Parts: sequence; C-alpha cells; structure tokens
Amino acid sequence: MTTLTAIGRTATPWDVARVRADFPILSREVHGRPLVYLDSAATAQKPRAVIDAISRYYETGNANVHRGVHALSQEATNGYEAVRVLASRFLGAASPHEIVFTSGTTAGLNLVAQSYGGSTLRPGDEILVSEMEHHSNLVPWQLVAERTGAAVRPIPIMESGGLDLAAFEKLLSGRTRIVAVTHASNVIGAINPINAIAAMAHEVGAVVVVDGAQSAPHLRVDLQAIDCDFFTCSGHKLYGPTGIGLLYGKYTLLEQMPPWQGGGGMIRDVRIDRSTFAPPPERFEAGTPPIAEVVGLGAAIEYVMQWDWEALVGYEQDLVAEAAQRLAKVPGVRILGEGADRVSVLSFVMEGIHPHDAGTVLDTLGIAVRAGHHCCQPLMRRFGVPATIRASFGAYNTLDEVEALVSGLGQVRRVLGA
Amino acid sequence: MKELDELYQSVILDHNRSPRNFHRLEGATAHAEGRNPLCGDQFEIWLKLDGELIADVAFLGQGCAISKASASMMTQAIKGKTVAEARALFEQFHQVVAGAGEEKLPAKLEVFRGVSAFPIRVKCATLSWHAMKQALEKRNHAVP
Repeated sequence: MTTLTAIGRTATPWDVARVRADFPILSREVHGRPLVYLDSAATAQKPRAVIDAISRYYETGNANVHRGVHALSQEATNGYEAVRVLASRFLGAASPHEIVFTSGTTAGLNLVAQSYGGSTLRPGDEILVSEMEHHSNLVPWQLVAERTGAAVRPIPIMESGGLDLAAFEKLLSGRTRIVAVTHASNVIGAINPINAIAAMAHEVGAVVVVDGAQSAPHLRVDLQAIDCDFFTCSGHKLYGPTGIGLLYGKYTLLEQMPPWQGGGGMIRDVRIDRSTFAPPPERFEAGTPPIAEVVGLGAAIEYVMQWDWEALVGYEQDLVAEAAQRLAKVPGVRILGEGADRVSVLSFVMEGIHPHDAGTVLDTLGIAVRAGHHCCQPLMRRFGVPATIRASFGAYNTLDEVEALVSGLGQVRRVLGA
Repeated sequence: MKELDELYQSVILDHNRSPRNFHRLEGATAHAEGRNPLCGDQFEIWLKLDGELIADVAFLGQGCAISKASASMMTQAIKGKTVAEARALFEQFHQVVAGAGEEKLPAKLEVFRGVSAFPIRVKCATLSWHAMKQALEKRNHAVP
C-alpha cells in the first residue's frame, strides 16, 4: 500500500495501513471488488472501538440517564456526562456546560435558528448566509426569517471557491444579527476563515453560527481560537454513530435562549399551566437522549484524539491535492472551486456525462462516491451545474484509492461513450 | 460488467446525446413537471391532446442519461396513442423497470429492462413517465 510520506511534504508519517486495520468494513468487497470508500463526507466508516463501545454499553451498561437511583442509571449518567467533558476538550470549549447533545448538525442549526433566532430577530434584521451553505444551514434561517420578519441575505463566493470577504464586509451593517457560515464546504471542501469572519461580524454586534460538520473530522478545531458563537457538528462524520451531534454555544448566549423542545429532563419546576427550566445544556436536551450514541461518540472522540493530527491533516491535504492534480488530467473533467484551501473533499463534473451515470459505473467497480447536488442547490446554481461527482477522503483512504478513482473515470468514459 | 452494458446500451446513449422532441410545445393542452428532489433531476412535459388522442408531446429539462433517454423515448412511444393507451404503457413500463413484471414492452422500450438490475436508478427511468401521467390527470388546467 502506498503511503503519502513517499510523495508528500508531510513531516510526520501517517500510518494509513494501521488506521485501516481499525475499520472492519474496509475489508469487504462490493460487486466483487475491494471497497473503495470515497464518501466519508456523507458518513465516515466506524472503527472497531466505536462498534465495541456501543455493544458493550448495551450488553453491560444500559439504563436511562439522570433518572434513577440505581447503580446502572448512575453508571450510564456518569458515562454520558463524561462524553460531554471529552467533547468540550476536543473542540476547545470553555466549559462542558457549553456542549449540548443533539441528533446531529441539522438539529444543532435548527436549535440555534429557532431558539436564538426566534427569540432575538425583529422585522428588518438580517441573517447573512453564504452561497456554499448546505440546505441545513439555510432552510432553518429561512423558516425563522419568515416567522420574525427578518431577511436572509447571501454572501457570495468567488469562482475560486472562497468566500468573497470584501462583499461580506459590505453586507455587514447594524441590521446584521446573525452570520451563518460553514467552516468547510461539503461540496468543494473550501475552508472558510472563521476567525476573520467572526471578528468582522462581532464588530457590528452579530453572532456567528458555524456549521462544522465537515471541519471537525479534518481540521483540529479550536473554538477559543476561531471565536465563533455557535458551532455544531455530527458524530457520524467523525467516525462515530449516526443520530448524535454536538452543539457548542457560548454560555452567556445559551443562558439567554428559551427551550427548543419541552419534555422531561429540561425543567426546573412544572405546574399545570407553566414551567421553569433547567440551565443549559439540560435546557436543550428534552426527553431520553440517544445514550448509546453518546457512548459511541465518546469512543470516536477518544479514538481520534489519540491521532497525531498534524500528520493526519498533512496526509489528507496531500491526498486531496494529488487527487485534484490527477483528476485534472482526465479529459473533460472540471474541478469546482479549484482555487480554495480545502479539506479532503472535492467535487468535479465531466463533460457530456451526468454525475449519476458516472456514479453508477464507479459503483460497479466497488468505488463509492457521491453524485448529486449534495443538499447545496444554491452552490450548484452558482457554478452553473445541476450536480457534481464528489470524492471525499478520510483518515483511512490511500493513494491507491485515488488511483482507482482516476482509472475508474476511464471506464466511465468508455461505458458512456464520451 | 454485463449489467452495465445492458444499462447503457447505445440507443440510450444516443437519446441522451440527442434527445427527441426536446423543446417547449406551443399550443399544449396538458403540462407537468417531474422533479427528483434527491438528485435534482428535473423535466417538464407538454402534451397536445385532440380529444382522447395525444397529438403531440415534447419535453425539456436535465438529468442523467437514463432519465433523459427515457423521457425522449417516452415521447416517441406515446405520440399518436390514446390517453388510455399511454396510461397502460406507463403501468407496463413501471412494472418492467422495477423488475416486477415479465410483460413485453414495445420493442424500442425493451432497452430499459436493464434498469431493473439497478434499483436505485428506477426513479431516473420513471421520472418523466410520472410527469406524463400527472399531466394527463390535470389536463383541464391552464398550461404555463
């Protein structure tokens, strides 16, 4: 197996063979070929440590949290809260109380939009969102804008794929209340300079909400350094289970926010006609949480925290750069947002070939890519394409797999007669 | 892979590259849009009905080779047919591409039988057919 240390600039080697050995699914075949999984931006595969932690929880530790006086419930509660502490360390939050468990990035963004946005926005206020946002960081703002009389305004992106910061600066005004941007694009991988964006937004008194779904698995996120007000990410893109995500909010903001959903666990005192509420983060965790998923996420965070992140980031950057270089040589291929710094996610189109047809042909070769609009229709319109083929690389992908993709595109062109 | 060759037969690739009846239809009496929100494929279908007879049919839009070729060949298959015949053909076509039916299709449409080996692509093959059926159902509405 080729390792990138041979070709790249990475100082510390990334032992990809060792990482691959931790992921049972990578040894399976698809259509009689070894699986080449290039769809980690949709969901990452799970290491044995995560799978085992979930089984172990159900086999030996299952109980509801914050509910019972019995030993199992206490153990489950301790385990659940320990993951909050771990997550706050992983992201660099000031305190574990700034971490709310949600069902994923989408839920985190909806929570902020409805609770923070719903309680603070007034007619004439503005919410700025970038053209590269996933629908989950766009539609929730449209919904709350509709309800409050606020307006959603787009921050344009440049042909290079980067956010147009000059245009962003012009859009900022005393009316700007919320700036909602992705840390890294789920389509073109472009990394947005959140600390610069936050500094500019804070000048006019706006809060910054960051979609970190694609950055948490690929960049060493440090919330103190990037200084956004809200940040949310998903467990399943971070090698953990589905159905669990993290929402970070500065505590002073979380404290002002009304509950999002009502139910058990989020209250202080309930009368028949009114209630008072628990402080954050419990205020935002109504009902029995996905406990096994939290346990699984904890195992995933523990797993990735033992990595040498400098080596990982260097490796993934080399892998995606190499992929871009080789793909650009395939006749008819156009990579979108070619000029931006990116995480290991890239999108391309092929002349005369629809991405779905390419995806079907690649699938027959055991190569899993995503084809479609990636829940980013405004971005598709910006680049004038109906859909793209997206290849995304995780900690376990190899240069051989990049090569498999490139040679697979040869097969795509043969089958589709291009 | 044999299934792949059966999916992308040359006639499908030809209709993808040069779709037939690929234009807006002036004087249409029925219209519908077919959209797959999961993948973004989108087609518009126009029909000109003369009583129960489909006198003319056309389409525009974008999608993968399967969806575009299917739309193109559907327009050829239903032009000159009655509304009842077009509906019956929809049922047959749907059964065959979904792998649920052994019935024969008009010879030209037989190339779509290969879709049944790719369940995820059944929606692509039937997108324009659903739009056609919907257009027939609301044929008394105004056509944009």
